[in-house]
Amino acid sequence: MTMATMIETKDLTFYYPAEEGRAATPALREVTVSVEKGSFVAVLGHNGSGKSTLAKHMNAVLLPSNGKVYVEGCDTCDEKLLLEIRRRVGMVFQNPDNQIVANVVEEDVAFAPENLGVPTAEIRRRVDEALAAVGMSEYAVHAPHLLSGGQKQRIAIAGVIAMEPECIVLDEATAMLDPVGRREVLSTIGKLNRELGITVVLITHHMNEAQQADRVIVMNDGCVAMDGTPREIFARVEELRQLGLAAPHTVELMEELNREGMALPLDAITVEECADAICRELGMA
Amino acid sequence: MLKDITLGQYFPGNTIVHRLDPRTKLLAVMLYIVALFNAKSVLTYGIMAFVLALSIKVSGVKLKALTRGLKPVYIIVAFTAIMNLFFTDGTPLADVWLLRSITFEGLRQAIYMVLRIVMLIMGTFLVTYTTSPISLTDGLESLLAPLKKLHLPVHELAMMMSIALRFIPTLIEETDKIMSAQKARGADFETGSIFQRAKALVPILVPLFISAFRRADELATAMECRCYHGGDGRTALHVLHYHKRDILVLIGFVLLAAGIITLKILGL
Amino acid sequence: MEPILRVENLTHTYSAGTPFERSAVQEMELTVMPGEFLGIIGHTGSGKSTLIQHLNGLLKPTEGTVYLDGQDIWADAKNIRQVRFQVGLVFQYPEYQLFEDTVYKDIAFGPKNMGLDKDEIDRRVRQAAAFVGLREELLEKSPFELSGGQKRRVAIAGVIAMEPKVLILDEPTAGLDPRGRENILRQIRQYHKEKGNTVILVSHSMEEIAQNVDRIVVLKGARNYMEGTPRQVFSRAEELEAIGLDVPQVTRIAMALRRRGVDIDTAVYTVEELKEALLRLKGGGADA
Repeated sequence: MTMATMIETKDLTFYYPAEEGRAATPALREVTVSVEKGSFVAVLGHNGSGKSTLAKHMNAVLLPSNGKVYVEGCDTCDEKLLLEIRRRVGMVFQNPDNQIVANVVEEDVAFAPENLGVPTAEIRRRVDEALAAVGMSEYAVHAPHLLSGGQKQRIAIAGVIAMEPECIVLDEATAMLDPVGRREVLSTIGKLNRELGITVVLITHHMNEAQQADRVIVMNDGCVAMDGTPREIFARVEELRQLGLAAPHTVELMEELNREGMALPLDAITVEECADAICRELGMA
Repeated sequence: MLKDITLGQYFPGNTIVHRLDPRTKLLAVMLYIVALFNAKSVLTYGIMAFVLALSIKVSGVKLKALTRGLKPVYIIVAFTAIMNLFFTDGTPLADVWLLRSITFEGLRQAIYMVLRIVMLIMGTFLVTYTTSPISLTDGLESLLAPLKKLHLPVHELAMMMSIALRFIPTLIEETDKIMSAQKARGADFETGSIFQRAKALVPILVPLFISAFRRADELATAMECRCYHGGDGRTALHVLHYHKRDILVLIGFVLLAAGIITLKILGL
Repeated sequence: MEPILRVENLTHTYSAGTPFERSAVQEMELTVMPGEFLGIIGHTGSGKSTLIQHLNGLLKPTEGTVYLDGQDIWADAKNIRQVRFQVGLVFQYPEYQLFEDTVYKDIAFGPKNMGLDKDEIDRRVRQAAAFVGLREELLEKSPFELSGGQKRRVAIAGVIAMEPKVLILDEPTAGLDPRGRENILRQIRQYHKEKGNTVILVSHSMEEIAQNVDRIVVLKGARNYMEGTPRQVFSRAEELEAIGLDVPQVTRIAMALRRRGVDIDTAVYTVEELKEALLRLKGGGADA
């Protein structure tokens, strides 16, 4: 069975409004990618690579200057489908403080269903389920500004889940978090992907976060520079370096050791796999 | 520290005061204010004080939290007291120096005025302390709903109010941070003439405004991503219902206001 | 040698007497030597931000004393501004404090507050801008036209321009991409090398700290937890992981190898070091 397509861009080109005295350079150049339903896609790239701009096209926050974006076949330019597109593809942003609307956690999670006109009893059910899914049930009646960054982002994720979306796009949602908060958010979205089958698009510049993805897209200068599984991508150490991104240290270490005459597989990307491979090479397995 | 400001703060709880419908609390506090302004005697002030004390007791809010809320208005209270103390005609307290300009009537007036302001503030703060800002704005929106017929943007106003309340703690925190950062570069907010001090605020206000606009912009996008499209067709997690307790409390406060006014007419 | 900064028995309690009362820092001790590059690490809530705000007198200790060059900084409260000029503090996300209409004026804000003359201010602004790698022509631009990374460098230059004896940076790379992170860290290393001044780097990234500093102080739950050279600290990597800190990936590989019976020191934190250790091991294994 072939997998259905969740999001598809066709020759997507986008120009930000030109500032005076400057020629407009495209933030995206004829990008054609598709995201499979139920997959976990990480989009990597340094600042200015176009990764965030691409994300913002996925639920019609931005509309293409040229080309098309389809969400399950719906053209994002179609004004009539706007609400439905945004319900299907939820978005979590970078700054946890600037996406929480309400003073009480559960009220915030209820915000989207309220906008969608969901009946009260149903909102209650969705809010409770969404909070349970992100592990924040005990904070239902807390004030959000007293929570940690990671907890705030989990609330934001719950607010999206309450729309019962097909897909969640995280636009650098871990960039402002500390390591603990980052782990909280990553394990939450991993769980949503596995257990609820929600498609996840994770925009990030942390290489390590891409490890749990099924697929990695590397953006550079408004174009897709690399596209493949994390193992395939991380093995291309030199290319990554040229794009201003660093491969995980596991791969870098094995590459360096190979240069010294060892024969290690560069697709051992996790710490445990890497240790296993080195043990075998040292003849200690 | 700025963090100590309690404006708009909500202390979650589960007392009967917390559970009352926000509309009940808003109407009750209005009736309470009407009654307060009609209190003119020891008896009526006594009744008002009793009602306030009872409400505070039932709400479980600590008296200290309420008196802390009074801090910003100490000056106004003191000013009113002094004005009344010295500028009310009547019988002087005694025939020595300062006491000559203070009258018995002035003294009574001053005490009443101070009591009135303090009780007014404590009463309204009690409502904001026990009602989440969201249900407060829901209550307001519902009470003002008839005005929609006059094409007043009631939903938008309520939404703006609740967002403003949501961002007060965030912006206070931010102000604190910017102030510290500028102090770390030697900014001085404490000394100098009024003009110099006003000028010293520029390094705080500029970043604060820029940040507020950035936040507003990002929040608007985030709201749109969560399908916000105005008040049409919106439902609510918490639908407001009047319960028996609401009706009892409202009747109580109507009786309070009526009673105090009657006592005033009777000259008691 | 006399320590440049010394913190004795420091305790700070926020919102004393309210339901929100909590101690952000408890009985902390810290000694910083002149010219040292010190790292302070701990996760959110460990007290690191509160601690550093005591070092330049932004916060007053509830208990305990902070000494700068052997002098209690609060001995004369009127002098506290002088302390702030000597102990420069760059806050987290410092780009949000920019306010002037040109980069030049913004960097000059600190030196101007010090009451320096125009020529001296000019010298300092240009030198500080050079340290953080801002090109001359950017100085006349509005800071709000710059990119995020450039704004941050302007803000850092604004503190460097005060020529403080001690420079403290709170999470200077937060939110930046790998390239931006490496740039800022390189400039800080450069500054430390050329100026020879004391630098304190606060971070929750072990990776970043390990590769830059001479000595690490680990905080946990508002108290001192561990202290030593990067090597000493990382030799206790399991404990660091247990308290929720991010141990560098290289260290974790070494730990994983050790668990598999490979005789290797876990106190490594760069790819280079681990590579050398493994090559030695392989060579040694072949000999035996």
